[in-house]
Amino acid sequence: MTILQFFLWSLLKVAVVTVVMLLGVAYTVLLERKLVGRIQNRWGPSRVGPFGLLQPLVDGAKSFLKEDIIPSGVYRPLYLLAPILALGCTLISIAVVPFGEPGAGPGRFDLFEISDLNIGLLVILGVTSIGVYGIALAGWSSNNKYSLLGALRSSAQLVSYELALGLSLVGVVLRAGSLNLRVIVEQQATHGIATWNIFGGGQFVAFFIYLMAAYAETNRSPFDLPEAESELTGGYHTEYSSMKFAMFFMAEYGNMITVGCVATLLFLGGWTSPMGDLIGPFENGFVNAGLSLFWFVSKVFCFLCLYVWVRGTLPRFRYDQLMNFGWRWLMPLAILNIVATSLWLACRS
Amino acid sequence: MSSFFAQEVPLTWYLLLSAALFSLGVIGFLIKRNLITVFMSIELMLNGVNLSFVTFAQQWHAVKGQIFVFFVMMVAAAEAAVGLAIIIAVFRARATLAVDRIDLMKL
Amino acid sequence: MHLILFAVFAGLCLAGAINLLLQSHPINSALSLIVVMTSLAVLYLLLGAEFLAIAQVIVYAGAIMVLFTFVVMLLNAGREDRTLGSRAASRVGFPAVAVILALIATVILHTQGLGTARLSDGLSNTAGAANLEVLGSVLFTKLLLPFEVTSVLILIAILGAVALARHGDGNGERTDDE
Repeated sequence: MTILQFFLWSLLKVAVVTVVMLLGVAYTVLLERKLVGRIQNRWGPSRVGPFGLLQPLVDGAKSFLKEDIIPSGVYRPLYLLAPILALGCTLISIAVVPFGEPGAGPGRFDLFEISDLNIGLLVILGVTSIGVYGIALAGWSSNNKYSLLGALRSSAQLVSYELALGLSLVGVVLRAGSLNLRVIVEQQATHGIATWNIFGGGQFVAFFIYLMAAYAETNRSPFDLPEAESELTGGYHTEYSSMKFAMFFMAEYGNMITVGCVATLLFLGGWTSPMGDLIGPFENGFVNAGLSLFWFVSKVFCFLCLYVWVRGTLPRFRYDQLMNFGWRWLMPLAILNIVATSLWLACRS
Repeated sequence: MSSFFAQEVPLTWYLLLSAALFSLGVIGFLIKRNLITVFMSIELMLNGVNLSFVTFAQQWHAVKGQIFVFFVMMVAAAEAAVGLAIIIAVFRARATLAVDRIDLMKL
Repeated sequence: MHLILFAVFAGLCLAGAINLLLQSHPINSALSLIVVMTSLAVLYLLLGAEFLAIAQVIVYAGAIMVLFTFVVMLLNAGREDRTLGSRAASRVGFPAVAVILALIATVILHTQGLGTARLSDGLSNTAGAANLEVLGSVLFTKLLLPFEVTSVLILIAILGAVALARHGDGNGERTDDE
């Protein structure tokens, strides 16, 4: 495959993934509103289009058409940079996530992943670390005490739970022996659901640590203190309106989707089917590729439903309870998980 | 595709970049008047040195150069934490971050 | 390709470093330094150190510079003025540093035996053992003692930073306990 072909195929992949990601973000908002509505014993949005399916389009149009207010006292360069940084980091981290089978494209070309890095997992953690800047700069540049406090609280929360997030993934990496996301999935894929890392791989505790750290990392309930409307008048995005606010919103839901993809790859077996080899690989390449994509998307969908279910059910943490929980419970538990996994692996070999 | 990757860049250029970053760090350390900016110039110096370590690790295909960079990063992290805590303590005592005003031991 | 990438990211490094010196507000200097660090991460990637590249992003750009940004925001450090001290320092400092840079550059340019870097050398999908494997095997076997000592060092730094930044008067009483 020549350089030009490689370049054009990569460009196509990037375009498709970006469009699908942004559509996914829009429909995740709809999913959340409908599910939370059902949890609260009411219909969600149901007027616009059948079952409310055109609601995200109307919401997008509303965001574009709202008046864009920039307060006069803000520090303009950073005020404008912050939502770009937040959304940019979200879109970058999706570039290393594999959605389906390797080698499904023409000439054994990787159709379902934009870039296959040997350190793919660390890249996602690194981009999450950079995402803290979007929030901190937004709060500080808004020239508003509530924004600054909300931004500092949110950044401190993100930095604290990044620890637990990273440590909970070490158990999976120890089992797989590599940071490459494809290798991690292939290592779990031997016998279907029984060997997924959450069950057969013994990473059950790690999955729940990851889940809780992920809720905190994406600033979602029950850890959404820094941005809830009843606290600090809306936190770091108080002074943002219209499209810039929509970008923060998209960044948050995009992070949710990325975190769901990572959980699927590391704990739920990625694109492999839960029945393993019972429904064997088909001869038709298209069916295999399509089926792998289907399994991946349905697992991420289940993960997102879990996210929304928790949001609709649990009350919010107070800030000191939140920090207490992250440092004194999740981090030691994650370290214990690493020790236990290492002992188990050492005894087995 | 192999010719795409076979272009060569002489390692001298990487070393010159590292020297330039280091000297820019020294200049920053000397001329800046804000305590935090002076500290940032120190970090710039450390980064310049890291680049030369990695260059030599590539030159001799020795991974110890990269491990040294790893240790420099860890020490820089520890130093940044303590240094910024000291800066906060100084700010609490003097209410200023200007280097020219923090020049006496007595308040 | 290597040449273009090197030129772009070395240019970004130098531009960020010079911007750090030219800006008067510390937050702009901090952001310029973040640009320098991420460009350096790309340069490490070009030199084949992929773990160091991502460690640079995670540790330096994602943690240390976040600390700097927090401190600038918390202390509300304003713009700095030009004082007598700064004029004297620039009159002496620039020539002195120019001499240092000239010395180092002369040494570098006269060194024999420096090779070249190719992209295919560095990227681990073409080499034998992955960069991360080699690094890990040396770090956890031959250099285990420095690694453990570094972890103690970081613990000491955490304790020191917490002790310095706490509220409290000279008697060591805690003013609030929550």
